[in-house]
Amino acid sequence: MHAISQQLSPTTGCGGIDILEADTFVLRCFQSLPGTKFFVVAEPGSQGLDALLKNIYDLYVDYVLKNPFYEVEMPIRCELFDLSLTQLILKDKAMLGSR
Amino acid sequence: MAAPGRMRCMYIFNRNGVCLHYHVWYRPLTTLSPQQDQKLMFGLLFSLRSFTVKMDPTSNNKGHLGVPQLPGQGCSFHAFTTNTYKLSLLETPSGIKIVLVTDPGMGDLREALRYIYSNIYVEYVIKNPLYVPGEHFRCELFNAALDQYVKTLK
Repeated sequence: MHAISQQLSPTTGCGGIDILEADTFVLRCFQSLPGTKFFVVAEPGSQGLDALLKNIYDLYVDYVLKNPFYEVEMPIRCELFDLSLTQLILKDKAMLGSR
Repeated sequence: MAAPGRMRCMYIFNRNGVCLHYHVWYRPLTTLSPQQDQKLMFGLLFSLRSFTVKMDPTSNNKGHLGVPQLPGQGCSFHAFTTNTYKLSLLETPSGIKIVLVTDPGMGDLREALRYIYSNIYVEYVIKNPLYVPGEHFRCELFNAALDQYVKTLK
């Protein structure tokens, strides 16, 4: 679908779908340079998903890519990555609650 | 040369995938023939709809990917954005899909699409006694009204 959306672009330089807006959710995509795609599914009207995706990417680089036991292209089974991801989401939730 | 404005192109499909109308304002890049382009567009909308229903976090996944969705059944997406364009979709209960491709900075076009459907498409096409439903149409009044309305969109 990413590739098809690039083909339908009216101008050059399209990188695929970044945001998908539906009735009950919003899907945001972040593409890293080697082409790994990170998706976040959130409530409509969510703010700061850009920054969140960037933070998740940083966590991915720190806990997954720098992990010597991790094989590229395999499913990620790193406890530390899961833990720090959960912490990040909770922090984000707390920040939203306080606003 | 006039500034392109924010509109790029528009497609209108019926429930069978027939492209009833294709309107272009500014499209510097066209990679496929019009028929292929329209088929691809319809295919993409179909797949994205299926995908949206499956991805919906608020419902229990009952359907299988690839099963055709009736208009109004399940969750539907109304827009997606890429770095070069934004695509906004309106699907009516009769299965008519109006697709607007615009500049990525464009805001929510749902109201605009509803206006185009009820005040331009229905008025100039459906109510036109010479129009045969299910076929591609070409109507000068429709084009003029559409161009005029689109100029008011920011």
